[in-house]
Amino acid sequence: MKDFIVMNKTALVVFAAAAVMIGMGPASGEAGTVFTKAIRICLECIGIG
Amino acid sequence: MSEKSVKQNDAAGAAKKQRKTRLIVQALFAALSNGYLNGWMQGTIYQGASKKICVPGLNCYSCPGALGACPIGSLQAVLSDKSYHISLYVVGMLMAFGAFFGRFICGWLCPFGLVQDLLYKIPGVKKIRSLPGEKHLRKLKYVVLVLLVIILPSIVTGAGDGEPWFCKYLCPSGTLMGGIPLMISNPLLRQAAGWLFSWKMLVLVMILVMAVKISRPFCRYLCPLGAIYSFFNPFSIYRITVDKEKCTGCGICQKTCKLDIPVFEKPNSGECIRCGECVKACPAQALKAGFGTGAQNKKISKTDNEV
Repeated sequence: MKDFIVMNKTALVVFAAAAVMIGMGPASGEAGTVFTKAIRICLECIGIG
Repeated sequence: MSEKSVKQNDAAGAAKKQRKTRLIVQALFAALSNGYLNGWMQGTIYQGASKKICVPGLNCYSCPGALGACPIGSLQAVLSDKSYHISLYVVGMLMAFGAFFGRFICGWLCPFGLVQDLLYKIPGVKKIRSLPGEKHLRKLKYVVLVLLVIILPSIVTGAGDGEPWFCKYLCPSGTLMGGIPLMISNPLLRQAAGWLFSWKMLVLVMILVMAVKISRPFCRYLCPLGAIYSFFNPFSIYRITVDKEKCTGCGICQKTCKLDIPVFEKPNSGECIRCGECVKACPAQALKAGFGTGAQNKKISKTDNEV
C-alpha cells in the first residue's frame, strides 16, 4: 500500500484536488449549467447552429 | 522453428486476442453510455439526472441514446456562460478521469474511438503508419483545445454568452451520433439544416475516410479530449512499465503500435491510447500495463515520464 502511494503520489494528489473541485460543482451552479445544456438538443452540436 | 520465432508467434497471437477483448469492452461501454432506447426510437434525448455527470470519452450529449454529458461540450457550455470565468466541476471530472486512466479512456472507452477502430479494420486498403509532417500534425489537437474549446467559447457574443466553437464547427462525434440520427427522425430539424450541417458532414466524412487508411486520425491530430488526457499519461495510476533487464530493444512494440510509438523508449507517451497490443506483442514480456504497475515493478524498471 505504501509503495502504491509513493509510486502514484502525483496522481493521488491530482485525484484529491479533482474531488474537491467536483464537490464544489453543485454549490457553484456549474453542475446545473451542465445539466441544462445536456438535456436540450444542442443545435450547434448537430449542425443547425 | 527457432525459440525466438515461437515466442514472436505466441506474442502475435496474444496481441490479436487483446484486440478482440478491447473491441468487446469498447462496444459494451458505447452501448452502456448510449443506452437510452426511447431516444433512438422516438428521436428525443435523455433528460434524466445522470446528464449532470460527464462520461469519460467524446460522446455528444445530443446523441439520442446518451445517458451522460460530453466533457468537451460541458466545458464549452460553462466557459461560454458569462456567469463563470473558470470551470471547477467539469475540469475536476476531467482531472479525476485523467489521473486514474490517462488515455486508457481513448483506447477502451471512447465511442468515436471505436468507430475509427472499426473503420481501420476494413481490408483491401493499404494502411499507412503516419502522414507527412506527423510530428507537427499531432500538435494540432492542442491548438484545437486552446482555441476552439477554451478561448473562443469564452468570448462573449452579442447575445451575452459565447458559442461552443468545437462542437459547432468541428466535432465529428456530434454529427455522427447526434446530428444524423436526429435529422433522420425529426423533419423539422431536417428543414433547418443548412451550410453548417453540410460543413460538419464534410468534416465527418473526411475523418471517417482517413480512418480507413490510418489508425485513429481524429485522436492523433484533432481531439481536444485526447489532448487533455495526454497530460496525465506520464503519471496516471494506469501506466505501462518497461523491464529494462528483459527488453532487448527489438522494436516489435513499435512495429505493433498503430500509432507508431517507440514504447520501449517512451512507455507513457502522451500519444499512447493504451490499447495494450504492444504489451501482448512483446516476445520478451518486458512490458507491463495496469493500475499500479509502477509500484509492482519499481525494483526492476524506471517508468519513462516523457510525453
